[in-house]
Amino acid sequence: MAKKIEISNLRVRYGQKEALKGVSFDVHKNEILGVVGPAQSGKTTLLKVINRTIEFIPGARVEGTVTIDGDNIQSIKNVNELRRKIGMVFPLPVGLPLSIYDNVAFAPRAAGLRDKSKLDELVERCLIQSALWDEVKDRLDSLGTKLSGGQQQRLTIARALSHQPEILCLDEFSIAVDPVTTMRIEDVLKELRSEVTIILVTNLVQQARRLCNRTAFILNGDLIEIDSNEVMFSDNPAQKMTYDYVHGNFG
Amino acid sequence: MINRSRLESVTERIIEGIIRFCGFSAILFVFGIFFFVFREGSGFLFSGLDIGQFLTSPEWFPTSVSNKRYGVLALLAGTASVTALSMAIAVPFGLGAAIFVSEFCGPKLKETFKIVIELLAAIPSVVWGFIGLTVMNGVIIDLFDAPIGLTVLNGGIILALMSVPIIVSIGEDALKAVPDSYREAAEALGATRWQVIYRVLLPAGKNGLLAAVLLGIGRAVGETMAVLMATGHSVQFPSNILDSVRTLTATIAAELGEAPVGSDHYQVLFIIGILLFTITFIVNLASDLVVKGIRNK
Ligand SMILES: Nc1ncnc2c1ncn2[C@@H]1O[C@H](COP(=O)(O)OP(=O)(O)OP(=O)(O)O)[C@@H](O)[C@H]1O
Ligand SMILES: [Mg+2]
Repeated sequence: MAKKIEISNLRVRYGQKEALKGVSFDVHKNEILGVVGPAQSGKTTLLKVINRTIEFIPGARVEGTVTIDGDNIQSIKNVNELRRKIGMVFPLPVGLPLSIYDNVAFAPRAAGLRDKSKLDELVERCLIQSALWDEVKDRLDSLGTKLSGGQQQRLTIARALSHQPEILCLDEFSIAVDPVTTMRIEDVLKELRSEVTIILVTNLVQQARRLCNRTAFILNGDLIEIDSNEVMFSDNPAQKMTYDYVHGNFG
Repeated sequence: MINRSRLESVTERIIEGIIRFCGFSAILFVFGIFFFVFREGSGFLFSGLDIGQFLTSPEWFPTSVSNKRYGVLALLAGTASVTALSMAIAVPFGLGAAIFVSEFCGPKLKETFKIVIELLAAIPSVVWGFIGLTVMNGVIIDLFDAPIGLTVLNGGIILALMSVPIIVSIGEDALKAVPDSYREAAEALGATRWQVIYRVLLPAGKNGLLAAVLLGIGRAVGETMAVLMATGHSVQFPSNILDSVRTLTATIAAELGEAPVGSDHYQVLFIIGILLFTITFIVNLASDLVVKGIRNK
């Protein structure tokens, strides 16, 4: 199994507070890796390290290495290049205060794409992929922030796909989305698996079970266990804590 | 228990009354001022003053013995030229500084900057006028080999220095009000810092930034003392920025004390006041419409 991301001995501190206490694991190419764990366990922090937006947080210190396709991300000179490889979807939808079209065209434009017909095509494809096209195709010029919460979340997914990322990170994307839309997005993710590597941070254990190939369980900054879903959700994963967590016995 | 809730409802009502009073009194004051200015000038405005000539003639000779002429065109041009020049300087500088302070500054530098900016804003306008009269005057004479340094350029620079702090502090507030999640989202999409600023922050903060610019213009149009001292005070239609001019406000300030109360001259000065009122009203209205237009888009 080809490795897309290798994380080794990753430690993150916010001032005195240690958010990740030395975790190591790999993300395979074209898999959906679930990351589960109770609140405050360091899941979001993990994603922020991967696209290096952790650098905007004053006082955050990162030790250990993360490599993508074998390249250490810390040594990548152009951080924007790195971020364009990674699509990021946040828990609460952040429609930029631009039109729907401009929201999706934002990243390609930032990367230098100007050709109108290519942009049109890209915007349409991303909106179709995120299951939003039918609802917005007649009003691409209206403000993205005026969509409903669920629609905005699909807009952010379209946006995250717009720069054709190799890695797609979703951070509890379904918090503000209704169950039906969640299922539609889950279908989209399953389809995307053939093209991109997906890290799915989720509070919903069942979502990880449905969707992921493997799942990692993080607790208070420690990686408790990572394994295929067959093992993680079986009656005897390696750690008793994993069993308790996925069966809702604590947390 | 019952007593307590009655007490509460009484205090509630009193507070509401006070707030209501404050709101109405603000409106009352504005109308009161307008009414007063209007009353002082209205006699001459409706009988005697040729309004066409008032607005289109550059000849301002209110104290001539044989032939009094009240034309404010030159004064209007003075106000317009000084304001335009000052905005041409202050808007780019002010907005640039606002962006710098809000987006590029470390927290320590930011504090220092804010203190300096607030200090600048607190300098009384006479002091600015004094700087124009002494320092800038000499600089302009030396630099441009001009006969006199009290010019549109001088007044424009002084006014720009006075409006920049307003534009910076309000502009910075506007940018600070843009949620961080926008910045994060844009950066996660691989946008460079500059792209984040002009693609996301400026559109998101445009109402506030526009307000900042308009308040700057308001300050420039309404400023009296500094321009009185820095622009040379000669009534003429400026042909370039090294000409001396006189503004509407400076005229009122300089002549009101000498005009006999109730005379035509006295009343004309109040009519100029009405004109200034109208200008600010139009600027405010235009900005309101622009902001609404942007919002509805
Ligand atoms: N910007 C920050 N400054 C200081 N501490 C932070 C910051 N962000 C996160 N932390 C701390 O780091 C720890 C891990 O936070 P993180 O957001 O990664 O958790 P999470 O697993 O994503 O939680 P949740 O499920 O609630 O989203 C928490 O204890 C949190 O308080
Ligand atoms: Mg989180």
